[in-house]
Amino acid sequence: MSEAVWQRGDLLGVAELSQAEILHVLDTAESFVEVAARPIKKVPTLRGKTVINLFFEASTRTSSSFEIAEKRLSADNINFSTSSSSLSKGETLLDTARNLEAMAPDLVVIRHAHPRVPHALAERLASGVINAGDGAHEHPTQALLDAFTIRRRKGRVEGLKIAIVGDVAHSRVVRSNVLCLTRLGADVTVAGPRTMMPEEPESLGARVVYSLEEAIEGADVVMMLRVQLERQARAAFPSEREYFEFFGLTAERLRRANDDAIIMHPGPINRGIEIASEVADGPWSVILEQVANGVAVRMAVLYLLAGAKSGEDGLTP
Amino acid sequence: MSGSVLIRGGRVVDPTQELDGPADVLIEGGSVTACGPGLPAAESAREVDAAGLVVVPGLIDMHVHLREPGQEYKETIDTGTRAAAAGGFTAVACMPNTDPVNDDPSLTEFMLKQAERAGWARVYPIAAVSRRLEGRELTEFGAQRRSGAVAVSDDGRPVWSAALMRQALRYARHFDLPVIQHAEELALSGDGVMHEGRFSTRLGVEGIPGAADDVMVSRDLLLVADTGGRYHLAHMSTARSLDLIRAARADGQRVTCEVSAHHLLLTDEDVFDSGLDPNFKMHPPLRSAADRDALVLGLADGSIDAIASDHAPHHPDEKELDFVASPNGIVGLETTLSLCLDRLVAKGVIDLARLVDLLSTAPARILGVAGGSLAPGSAGDVTLIDLEREVEVDPATFRSRSRNTPFAGWKLRGAAAGTVVGGRLIELS
Repeated sequence: MSEAVWQRGDLLGVAELSQAEILHVLDTAESFVEVAARPIKKVPTLRGKTVINLFFEASTRTSSSFEIAEKRLSADNINFSTSSSSLSKGETLLDTARNLEAMAPDLVVIRHAHPRVPHALAERLASGVINAGDGAHEHPTQALLDAFTIRRRKGRVEGLKIAIVGDVAHSRVVRSNVLCLTRLGADVTVAGPRTMMPEEPESLGARVVYSLEEAIEGADVVMMLRVQLERQARAAFPSEREYFEFFGLTAERLRRANDDAIIMHPGPINRGIEIASEVADGPWSVILEQVANGVAVRMAVLYLLAGAKSGEDGLTP
Repeated sequence: MSGSVLIRGGRVVDPTQELDGPADVLIEGGSVTACGPGLPAAESAREVDAAGLVVVPGLIDMHVHLREPGQEYKETIDTGTRAAAAGGFTAVACMPNTDPVNDDPSLTEFMLKQAERAGWARVYPIAAVSRRLEGRELTEFGAQRRSGAVAVSDDGRPVWSAALMRQALRYARHFDLPVIQHAEELALSGDGVMHEGRFSTRLGVEGIPGAADDVMVSRDLLLVADTGGRYHLAHMSTARSLDLIRAARADGQRVTCEVSAHHLLLTDEDVFDSGLDPNFKMHPPLRSAADRDALVLGLADGSIDAIASDHAPHHPDEKELDFVASPNGIVGLETTLSLCLDRLVAKGVIDLARLVDLLSTAPARILGVAGGSLAPGSAGDVTLIDLEREVEVDPATFRSRSRNTPFAGWKLRGAAAGTVVGGRLIELS
């Protein structure tokens, strides 16, 4: 494995990753996929390493995915969440960092509702930091697992037409994915109702359209975003029924995409709102593969960061 | 605060006398008694050598937060006015969002007493428009005026109710008090923490659209037309707000506005580039480059009346929170003058006389307070400026109790060299 490509001690966002670094993560993840198929799903790679999972915002699937990845790598892990931790609102970043430092972790996985908190903590921490989602800013491991899934299915990312549809304004998934997929050479379009688009959406780096049909025309990949039902207070759409009517992905609408298009979703899905069950459960869907691949990609990230931080090159998958 | 001083050999810049040239200024009994070249020595007047310095009417920062009473851990009237003196200000107007709120004449009297005790600069309290800043009932404008309040404002919050704003504009006319508005339509600013634009989009940060300010300014100006009240727009930040102010003024309304130095010099791109440093968080937020450019034009063409710092001290621990969680506001008393000298005057955006108008004459006129001129009979308040002095902004050296500035490390040319308040030379060290 060429160690020269990967020098980072933190994974904070896709924004700072080069194409070579992204590909290196994906290549590394390939070697971890088969661990899940073993009778004993465990490798000794991170034995003796301590990983703290610090979730300031509720998360089930991302935190579980990281936890499984850590356990399969034989790391010692511990989980803090806002409900079970005094590390929470009101504490200064410096105090949070000092408290973590006192436990001498090798890696800290951070999810926070506010943008750039993982970045701010990384500046104050000696241990490596993985951003597991910071507000609507970045979610780099999600983008990497999505790219990994696309590459496994399609054999490449470059040149593919990819549509990402939904609540673009409030989605960290879309931000990281646009950065990641465009850096890998894909042709990315984002779409959603105007009330769910941020100001100057083109600045995200993708083509912007305002209809689902237009977005998925000839697409190789259609990625549906979860509608944040809790944000309905902001009056972004009048009803779930109307959302489904105009922005829900149905089998009928899917005909506009390429015949071999795949359907993705970061989960959890809202059936009958952004995606029809027939699509989510249909042959196009790779939603569960995303979940499975998430573990392998996170194993790869943990492995690369632990190696970079310790300067050890004896780690092998 | 009264004393006698003869300031000799400086270059006097005073837009009220259309004066820019070598002159001496004599202050006796707290007031200017003579201003002109080659004044004879006056008995009992202390002489100040101003050779190589610019001598201007004492600068007035018409928008500061001194935090006393209630949040003395951020700032006190003593430390805040010391910062004012260090930054070249002889007077500050302080906002009423203290704890308790300045919604009673006893608070105004307390602030004035504390200012007198400190003795670094004049303090002009601004009374709350509404009790406890709750936006429901008016405070006693008349009693506040008598106690020394110079304006009314709910700054920190908008006067949200159109009905209350209408009554405030009407009632303040009895006492010739300006109503200073923090224009923000809360339904539009929502949970926003930075300007809504391409940079908030890239960061996934909740934005505050420019429309949040503009909608409120627009409403207020209709009420000004309706009531004939006197309205001052605080910390204007958008191009549209400026256009609205221009139109109201052309229509003959009694409307004035101020901008903060940071809105003239920084944009939302700086917030982005800072990596969401809480020292770049304030309200209104740093706006787009187009807004910033429009404000700079407004300065040059005379549409903007005043520059104020919106000095808003916060304890370092509060700015150690992340960007979203940290409070709004930055300190400005010790940076505003140097920023204006280096980035506006030296760059040719405005000349020195115009800067004096923005930082002294206009604030005095808007607030109806002494100062703003060195013509005989004016208050004996003077700021001495060294145009050549090079300074590097170093928060560790601030006299303010707080350190929250986005300008740390900026190298600036031009700084205050001293102040005289009521004929008394202020000595900081």
